[in-house]
Amino acid sequence: MAEQHLPERQSPLEPEYHPGSHGNFEHGVDVILSEMRPGTILQLAAWPGEEKQLIEIIGEVTGLALPDGAGGGVSSGARAAFGFAPGKFTVVDEAEGLAQAFAGAITPAVGTLTDLSHGRTAIRIAGPKAEWVMAKFFAIDFALPAFPLGAGRSTNHHDVFAQIQRTGADQFDIYVFRSFARSFWKALCHASEEVGYEVQ
Amino acid sequence: MLITCPYCGPRDVIEFTYQGDGNRQRPQPASQNLDAWNAYVYDRLNPAGDHNEIWQHSGGCRAHLRVVRNTITHEILSTEFARGGHKTESRS
Repeated sequence: MAEQHLPERQSPLEPEYHPGSHGNFEHGVDVILSEMRPGTILQLAAWPGEEKQLIEIIGEVTGLALPDGAGGGVSSGARAAFGFAPGKFTVVDEAEGLAQAFAGAITPAVGTLTDLSHGRTAIRIAGPKAEWVMAKFFAIDFALPAFPLGAGRSTNHHDVFAQIQRTGADQFDIYVFRSFARSFWKALCHASEEVGYEVQ
Repeated sequence: MLITCPYCGPRDVIEFTYQGDGNRQRPQPASQNLDAWNAYVYDRLNPAGDHNEIWQHSGGCRAHLRVVRNTITHEILSTEFARGGHKTESRS
């Protein structure tokens, strides 16, 4: 029997991914851009009325205490989760295989599980000017009181749908369609030039 | 124009898609009542003032919303989920 190999994931950003400092960085780098490459990106959806049950299941499987409420989220080390629509959640893990852990836990009566690990690209923007650069892209309020730590937002940039989670006071994780990721990445690099950026 | 999505909070109108008049009553699919179908397809109140509308937050949480908009001032008077059921706490 043939040996089973996990397919090696290639980054869609690769031809445009240039580690190092770029743009106007003579006075310092104000934004750090990186691709996160998590092993698992899942979309979980609850049937109407089953939202709290699904939040409990997410807690049992991941150990994350997901707050109830619109856009509520939590991020801790290797794992993160946030609500992005009514009854729908994105769950991320650095490791592969989280879908299997959920498969037995989410019964058809509660909701559905969609594995988007190969369908989304995760980009992290961090630094003192992260809010500034994000505000040029998305028409939402990035100030900490309006967009608290761990929270998630669904919005779009020029019709490229994006899910954004705040994972630090000056750090955001952006999930975009893999097929649009390179174009989005190039735009993000251009937008970061004025403040000086480093690709890690 | 800002529309306050019950899930996402206030967002620019560019994130939303208009899905038509919210006053329409779709006949049962098997209905043979041509007057009812005609009214569903063609009859519109076209008011100068408050208007019931269906919008989708297509560039955000993708929820369908029931919106009351003033057609003269474009003021959004109310928004709610078009389909009840999801008991998610509203942000605003």
